[in-house]
Amino acid sequence: MAANLPTQAQVQGGAGVTEPGISHDEHAHHDEHHEQSFLQKYVFSTDHKVIAKQFLITGIIWAIIGGTLSSLFRLQLGWPESTFEWLSPFLGKWIEAGKLNPEFYLALVTMHGTIMVFFVLTAGLSGTFSNFLIPLQIGARDMASGFMNMLSYWFFFASSVVMFVSLFLETGPASAGWTIYPPLSALPQAIPGSGAGQTFWLVSMALFIVSQLLGGVNYITTVINLRTQGMSMSKLPLTIWAFFLTAILGLLSFPVLFSAALLLIFDRSFGTSFFLSDIYIAGQALPNTGGSPILFQHLFWFLGHPEVYIVIMPAMGMVSEILATNARKPIFGYRAMIGSLLGISLLSFIVWAHHMFVTGMNPFLGSVFMFLTLIIAVPSAVKTFNWLATLWRGNIRFTSAMLFSIGFVSLFIAGGLTGIVLGNAALDIQMHNTYFVVAHFHLVMGSSAFFGLFAGVYHWFPKMFGRMLDEKLGYVHFWLTFLGVYLVFLPMHYVGIAGFPRRYYAWTGFDSFSQFADLNKFISAAAIIAFFAQFVFIFNFFYSIFRGRRATENPWNSTTLEWTTPVVPGHGNWPGAIPAVHRWPYDYSKPGAAEDFIPQHIPYSQTQSSNLPYEKEME
Amino acid sequence: MTTLGILLVLVLLLVVFGLLFRLQILTSIFSGSSTREVGVSNRVNAILFIIFLVVGGAAFAWSFADNYDKMNPPIASVHGHATERMFWTTMIILGIVFTLTQVLLFVYSYKYQHKEGRRAFFFPHNNKIEVIWTLIPAIVMAGLVFAGWKEWTRITGPAPKDAVVVEVMGKQFNWLVRYPGRDQKLGVVNYRLIDATNEFGFDLSDQNGIDDFVAPEIHVPKGHPVLLKIRSRDVLHAVYMPHFRVQMYAVPGMPTKFWFTPTMTTDEMRAQTGNPKFTYELACNQICGRGHFAMKLNIVVDEPDDYVAWFAQQKSFSEQNPDVLASFKQKSDKLVEKETTPAAAAVVPATAKASL
Repeated sequence: MAANLPTQAQVQGGAGVTEPGISHDEHAHHDEHHEQSFLQKYVFSTDHKVIAKQFLITGIIWAIIGGTLSSLFRLQLGWPESTFEWLSPFLGKWIEAGKLNPEFYLALVTMHGTIMVFFVLTAGLSGTFSNFLIPLQIGARDMASGFMNMLSYWFFFASSVVMFVSLFLETGPASAGWTIYPPLSALPQAIPGSGAGQTFWLVSMALFIVSQLLGGVNYITTVINLRTQGMSMSKLPLTIWAFFLTAILGLLSFPVLFSAALLLIFDRSFGTSFFLSDIYIAGQALPNTGGSPILFQHLFWFLGHPEVYIVIMPAMGMVSEILATNARKPIFGYRAMIGSLLGISLLSFIVWAHHMFVTGMNPFLGSVFMFLTLIIAVPSAVKTFNWLATLWRGNIRFTSAMLFSIGFVSLFIAGGLTGIVLGNAALDIQMHNTYFVVAHFHLVMGSSAFFGLFAGVYHWFPKMFGRMLDEKLGYVHFWLTFLGVYLVFLPMHYVGIAGFPRRYYAWTGFDSFSQFADLNKFISAAAIIAFFAQFVFIFNFFYSIFRGRRATENPWNSTTLEWTTPVVPGHGNWPGAIPAVHRWPYDYSKPGAAEDFIPQHIPYSQTQSSNLPYEKEME
Repeated sequence: MTTLGILLVLVLLLVVFGLLFRLQILTSIFSGSSTREVGVSNRVNAILFIIFLVVGGAAFAWSFADNYDKMNPPIASVHGHATERMFWTTMIILGIVFTLTQVLLFVYSYKYQHKEGRRAFFFPHNNKIEVIWTLIPAIVMAGLVFAGWKEWTRITGPAPKDAVVVEVMGKQFNWLVRYPGRDQKLGVVNYRLIDATNEFGFDLSDQNGIDDFVAPEIHVPKGHPVLLKIRSRDVLHAVYMPHFRVQMYAVPGMPTKFWFTPTMTTDEMRAQTGNPKFTYELACNQICGRGHFAMKLNIVVDEPDDYVAWFAQQKSFSEQNPDVLASFKQKSDKLVEKETTPAAAAVVPATAKASL
């Protein structure tokens, strides 16, 4: 599109009140004449695009670490009889006489979960794309507070450093599972990882929560106040709706995790008994009475459950956007998509106790949470049907991003359906804490969210770095990963139905669980291969930043505002005025239009041939 | 030396891949395919989706059928049969939805792949079909919820009054088992009284506990409701008995419970499974530390007569540990009111006997 900027001078955003007081020209002026120092530009940057890249690259590093940890414990699970002497150069004392230390095994699963859920899929996914896309897609110069945004990243960085350091502690990192249920997480006598490792974990998570809250407040404010002229809430791309609601979920639920962490810190260090009662351990009766370990679970899952939607909703938003763009069709049921996001967001706060059906909580409470949990399947189903309907009679281009989006839908269905089993309290009695659960959430929130992340990177890479990722490598990456994920997690359901408990160092002690040795070997092999396939992406990513094919302004012929910026948008995003918005973001293949897409900033007056009856009056 | 060799091979492989990658880029530039918007690879990917659907679907079906027998731990409780039926009914419904949606996803991907000159169908919404596919899942869910809720209420409802009571206590890293003696009442325990001999923390100043006995494994009678009382004395554990479809956390400071009715004795199960070594097992299913994966307890389901005989042979904790009893006697004068009855007496719990 040649006419990227409207002729009308619509400089100010729609809600001019809170638009940064400094005029945009001043920004541009500043940019041109004062070359920022390296430190200002790439390290302590307040530019949302740089911060997004910081989140992304930190997230990639964490994903490599988290993936490596999982490969290590999959080795143990796949080949429980083997010796791993060859790992001792890396793991040192954690290899004892060729065997992985069982406590270190628990540390591995704990850190894998923590890293993947919080550092990769929360910070790496939502942090990256909320930052990158919110200002660009709503037509803002930057976030409402660039400074807070910078703080958000650096709190995340500090949190990362603390968590990373904890991996090398003498007593090992936190080992009580990523859900850190007390008393195990409160008592170093119970497991060495609950000493310094758990302290580091809690400190790191406190910093992480600060980072999330700073980010969240900023995203919400930006979406509410800084939309460009004409960008009403009902014209927002679904990505922004998803980021917006995700930020609200985070803002309401992370403080509860903070409170849980704080109380746990009190129990650990200051002798309180919030979560501890009647404990005799290591030859000693502890003085604590009256606390409840179950209280911690309520607090934890009050965050923990919205957290899975915090992870998946941004992916849903991006997938909706990418499916529409590459099917060259409007997303089907735009309003229903927003409605289902709203429904999921509301319901996500009142389903947490489905993680706790068999904890001894009142069975009546279990019934209530079963009802609420199964209701949440309805909006999820609506989303799935709408994605399918979006593909129907489309004209699909299989970009790497599109492949990952289709993969996302496939995995979301596969993993989401088994949630209906687990949400049923009567069935959860048998399935709770088995590999069925592991398979379920790795498909529905682990792999799907990763696929959303990959889709997002492939799709927006040209806008981030001004170059294209290599498509062929993208295809190889997709097919290996897609195949790998199914080969790992489908058979895992079988193991789970047979009742294999999760977080077991070995199953060989039980007759009930000792079959499936071959299947476990198979799962481990597939997991390790799928992990190594990710290096195709990592190579592609870093190679293309410097040597990829140069991108054009709008390589996917997309309709949203970010594609109206220069190839590499500078500080302030648009060199001139911010374009005003006239239409919804999904005018693809509109009958009568010259091209198969009409960007949001094109007024109806320029598209008379394609206007629908009710749009005529807006000409 | 071998490590060096492996590293060298890896480096060389990387170089080869790098060169191939450059070569591929250069050829695509020369052939002009790099500038074409939608190339051959679009068709290749569309076909791959269909291959994935067909081959992947077949492989899934085959592996599922192949593993089906191993997947289901044999059922040995009354409610286990009910939940198992519900599980597979739910799985069938899910299987249908799974197949339908995955087929549509991949078939649409193939069928509506890019074609030069074709334009996608502008179809932004249709309220009618949206209402339909909101209502259908809602109705199906309502059915599943209702069935689940009924079963859940039945399972978690109060145990029959005549249920055999067994208490298990989780600790790092094994299970302790306690039975109320013939008085059918479990005595008070107190975690402050725990030591190497008194692992349960018996408070023997409580008369109800005098005839309680501990056992190295759980024995329960077939066909009779069993109320499992569950405790933990250190961290969280979970009682998980896959054959009985029983699971409940063991929580320090908060006793929990679960009742069930075993339907098959250990011997019957050995005959049915053709495995002479078959044993019902209780596993810990909540991460509890180093020995979590080995925290096992065997369960024996006896014929009611055998159970009565076994029960009769047990010696009470107080009888086996006169020192502990004596220390309580010293502590309290009131205790000596009634002399302890020998728990070894071949008297079975009156209630249990009546219904066995």
